[in-house]
Amino acid sequence: MGVAIRKTKAELGLADLYQGARRYLPGGEEITAVRAAAFDRFNAVGLPHRRVEAWRYTDLRTQMKEAKRLASLPDDAAKTKAREARDLFAGAGFRKLMVVDGAFVPELSDLADLEPGLAIQPMSDALAADKPLLSQRLGPVVPDDDPALALNTALAANGVVILVAPGTALSRPIHVAFVTTNWVATSMFTRSLVNIGAGASATVVESHQGPDGSEYQVNTAMQLVVGDEARIDHIKVVGEGNGALHIGSLLANIGARATFNQLGFVAGGSLIRNQLFVRLAGEGTVADIRGGALLSGTQHADTTLAIEHAAENGQSRETFKAVVGDTARAVFQGKITVAPGAQKTDAKMMSRALLLSDEAEADSKPELEIFADDVQCGHGTTTGAIDDELLFYLMARGIPPADAKALLIQAFIGEIIEGAANESVRDALTGAMLGWLGQRE
Amino acid sequence: MTALLEIKGLHAEIAGGRKIIQGLDLTVNKGEIHAIMGPNGAGKSTLSYVLAGKPGYEITAGEVYLNGEDLLAMEADERAAKGVFLAFQYPLEIPGVATLTFLRAAFNAQRKARGEEELSSPDLIKRVREIAKTLNIDADMLKRPLNVGFSGGEKKRNETLQMALLQPSLCVLDETDSGLDIDALKVVANGVNALRSAERGMIVITHYQRLLDYIVPDIVHVFAAGRIVRTGGADLARELEATGYAQYQSEAA
Ligand SMILES: Nc1ncnc2c1ncn2[C@@H]1O[C@H](COP(=O)(O)OP(=O)(O)OP(=O)(O)O)[C@@H](O)[C@H]1O
Ligand SMILES: [Mg+2]
Repeated sequence: MGVAIRKTKAELGLADLYQGARRYLPGGEEITAVRAAAFDRFNAVGLPHRRVEAWRYTDLRTQMKEAKRLASLPDDAAKTKAREARDLFAGAGFRKLMVVDGAFVPELSDLADLEPGLAIQPMSDALAADKPLLSQRLGPVVPDDDPALALNTALAANGVVILVAPGTALSRPIHVAFVTTNWVATSMFTRSLVNIGAGASATVVESHQGPDGSEYQVNTAMQLVVGDEARIDHIKVVGEGNGALHIGSLLANIGARATFNQLGFVAGGSLIRNQLFVRLAGEGTVADIRGGALLSGTQHADTTLAIEHAAENGQSRETFKAVVGDTARAVFQGKITVAPGAQKTDAKMMSRALLLSDEAEADSKPELEIFADDVQCGHGTTTGAIDDELLFYLMARGIPPADAKALLIQAFIGEIIEGAANESVRDALTGAMLGWLGQRE
Repeated sequence: MTALLEIKGLHAEIAGGRKIIQGLDLTVNKGEIHAIMGPNGAGKSTLSYVLAGKPGYEITAGEVYLNGEDLLAMEADERAAKGVFLAFQYPLEIPGVATLTFLRAAFNAQRKARGEEELSSPDLIKRVREIAKTLNIDADMLKRPLNVGFSGGEKKRNETLQMALLQPSLCVLDETDSGLDIDALKVVANGVNALRSAERGMIVITHYQRLLDYIVPDIVHVFAAGRIVRTGGADLARELEATGYAQYQSEAA
């Protein structure tokens, strides 16, 4: 490009972070080169802004005022805070792994009695050993033109690696809890990998939380590699503090005849961008991707999904719902691509927004890009307020207006929560929803 | 006799200024059942909505009292807690809200509003099941989302179930017989009759004499063009069945 754009304060800050950290970031020769290349890609384009199509509704260049310093390794006080932090999944019996202020903390994680076929390690170790996790595993699914992801690749220092050997059916769900403890705003870059071998199955939940009133910044990425005939249930809950910037990328590559259930739930944070890059690489795979967002105040939550049906006979359902109050804004961008030869693809995408105030806003941009001729693909979008007729019906039975609205909101978002196969997950999400409703009153 | 409901000189219009209720006077005493019959579009459902407190109507004149309290000053949920129940002509479907969840919310909200203790879930479920049985409502239906995919008759039975559970003091039944087959009509009528009491009043809106064979009214009103144009005993309904409304419509116009 001929025009030299002046770097923003945040962009300069991010460059400083990288220059200052690159010598200490885990990684051998290969990883170091991958990081450098990723940083160069970011640096060439800078923070995404509204003229970048994929970021049209979320102008990070304007909204991200500065880069916060990198979080330091958690000390004892931080670990204590993290241990005592509210846990949506407490009592569910999940295997809990803790990532505190961006660092995987083994002593706070339940690593006892690992089931045969399950291996867990800190991402920092994997990177230091120069395992090619960042570079090669995902192949074509990693978009090399996304600046936020490039930043993650350049700066990710830690996270978890979960390896499930072929044929292993893990019955106990794994919960990766990302907790920010420091009230002084910092930034955290984490990268995780979940590899489900052929014929194996697992449920992996990730939750993200931190203190209210702090403008901390999270850039987190999760790579899912799912083998043929495997099954993954992946749930991500964003319950960040009310000042937080959360950028999350999901990179999923799913094999043949596999089952991919993905559920994202946003009930926290200030500016949230959840981007999902999904590739159904093998034939006959069934994917159910759902997202729910409960937004209020001045929250801005952007969910951007790109799913590619790369092989034939795949089926996918994409269902996204947002409840938007006050002056909050929900964004959904969904693109389904059907590759040449991916015949008999059956894909249906739906996004709905329920607006609770006149100033609330929802934007939806569905897209289909189809290169095969024998497919069934469709999408739909609705945006509306609470139905007055339904509200009256409930009130006519004695239910006060606030409770009646809450009931209708629950019913609306319930379709997303029902998508979780695990009952404890449904209970936890219902709890999060009720907590959100309670705060509104 | 004590007046349960008093409507005096009521005028109501819908947003946009169209006059629907035009000078209605009606007193329902405790223990009485009033039937309201009248041509399509006369304003019967509108009256029921105005009584239940549906937004979107402007009351341009008149007063309505329930047990001496100003009903028009209350929101719909407050009216329900005071004992007003409207069995809807077209019950609404609410996807995602299980019937039982809805019943529990309604029942306990009313109790709370009246300063009474809420009923525990097991007790409430037991009570609902017992009523459901008398109305031939399948227990499985209670787990389904409210009215979603229910047949016309099932919806009406579900309305009757709600009424029996909530034990209102004023029941307004808007064409509860429409969409019911003969057997279901008897079941629903039995349910309604079981609620007949010296403390309760009912307004039964219907087009058909048949319902009134089962739920025998004390008083029958002919409602045309927004007001009551004739009042008589139970035999008036039979007369209407023979003559129709032609004479009243011209009278009202
Ligand atoms: N929201 C509305 N907007 C416009 N017109 C309305 C509205 N509600 C009612 N009306 C009109 O008001 C009149 C009275 O309607 P209402 O439903 O009360 O009649 P009804 O006596 O119950 O008729 P039916 O016997 O067919 O049920 C009708 O002409 C109807 O079209
Ligand atoms: Mg009517």
